[in-house]
Amino acid sequence: MIDVLHLLGFGDGGWGKSLLAATLVTLLLSFSSFSVGILFGGVIATFRVGKYRILNLFGRSYCTLFRGIPDLLTIYLLYYGGSMLLTSTGKLLGWDGFIGLPTFATGMLALAIISGAYLAEIFRGAYLALDKGQLEAAQALGLPKWPTLRFVIMPQIMRLALPGVSNVWQLILKDSALISVIGLVELMRQAQIGAGSTREPFIFYTAAACLYLVITVLTGFFFKYVENRTSSY
Amino acid sequence: MDFSFYLIIIPKLLSGLPMTLQLTAISVSLGFILALTLALLLQTKQRLVTLPIRTFVAIFRGTPLLLQIFLIYYGLGQFRKDLQFVGLWGFFREPYWCAILALSLNTAAYGSEILRGAIKSVPKGLVEAARASGLSYYLTMRLVVLPIALRQAIPSYGNEIILMVKGTSLASVVTLMEVTGIAHGLISETYRAIEVFVCAGAIYLTINFLIIRGLAALEHRLSPPYLRKRT
Repeated sequence: MIDVLHLLGFGDGGWGKSLLAATLVTLLLSFSSFSVGILFGGVIATFRVGKYRILNLFGRSYCTLFRGIPDLLTIYLLYYGGSMLLTSTGKLLGWDGFIGLPTFATGMLALAIISGAYLAEIFRGAYLALDKGQLEAAQALGLPKWPTLRFVIMPQIMRLALPGVSNVWQLILKDSALISVIGLVELMRQAQIGAGSTREPFIFYTAAACLYLVITVLTGFFFKYVENRTSSY
Repeated sequence: MDFSFYLIIIPKLLSGLPMTLQLTAISVSLGFILALTLALLLQTKQRLVTLPIRTFVAIFRGTPLLLQIFLIYYGLGQFRKDLQFVGLWGFFREPYWCAILALSLNTAAYGSEILRGAIKSVPKGLVEAARASGLSYYLTMRLVVLPIALRQAIPSYGNEIILMVKGTSLASVVTLMEVTGIAHGLISETYRAIEVFVCAGAIYLTINFLIIRGLAALEHRLSPPYLRKRT
């Protein structure tokens, strides 16, 4: 027991500090990709409810593709595909050797694309669940397009979409562990490093599991709170 | 476009298909049995029963699947002596069984929540009618509640199965060569990420499409005619 405390503690030879720092990276990664994902999801959802067939088709293929193939594959595509593009460009400019993409940015983009696919479906569902009378009323009042979106559609969609959005947040938080495969030192990778150098995998992976659990539970409470605050009954 | 390259990589990627399908089939089946058991156990309002189950579900839904695989494969591998002592080392030594164990437990946690919700959504009047007709609790469950609940759970459970198909790709990090593992190998061998991605992606999309279609057919068959969606 003393050994465990020493290993995970903050003193000399303790891994507490690096594990917490890695947790912060995980949070930062999840949060930034989630924010970008909301943007992607919003745009794709607009495509899918809009009247342009070509954008519609694009939106549908995007959702099917990134919800249907493993996230790990998407991450590999972005990282290796991007790095190879960069390497060959480097060769043209006279730089030999492999140039890797920045792992944080690549991971963020991958998670944003994946969460965007899920969020687009949720936003679309919320839009379709919206009472059509609301739009007609706005139109009858002569409200222009942008204020209709801003004051009539958005507030209602956000409320309707909240449970789904909360699910996607949890999904992205857990998916962020996959970014460890391209070498970003977030919580999962840090646990691997700790496990490798101390030969105590059980302790490190359990510690990482506890940290993930703390984040998911706490953010779960937060979303529950917002949901309760915003529901009308 | 270089078609000969596709002709080389497609058979290689397809050679990982049996592994992907095996992992999916075994862990979905085991996970479903466990999920159903847990969902039924949750019906008893005994705290001594429900509390451990809720904890199990919260832990497996709150941590990444990748971490669960690592914890079971590498983490438990640390207790080799103890596992050898109880005769389980042969099981935990194999990445294949560790991956199946992690995937099954993971899907059981999610599945039990889906089935619990489905059982809850069965109208109370039906249960009361069954009990009033003299059916025992066990018979009510078997003949009235479960047939309806399981049918209603098909769409959400289908989503969970798709997530499992995607989840099997994580088995590649513990050296199992399924489709994603082979794709990773091919990418680092040939440096052609996009072509490999297209092929591997097509394989996964086909699997998922077939699963969705199969479940939709099952749901159609299990529904009484007036509830059937037009196809």
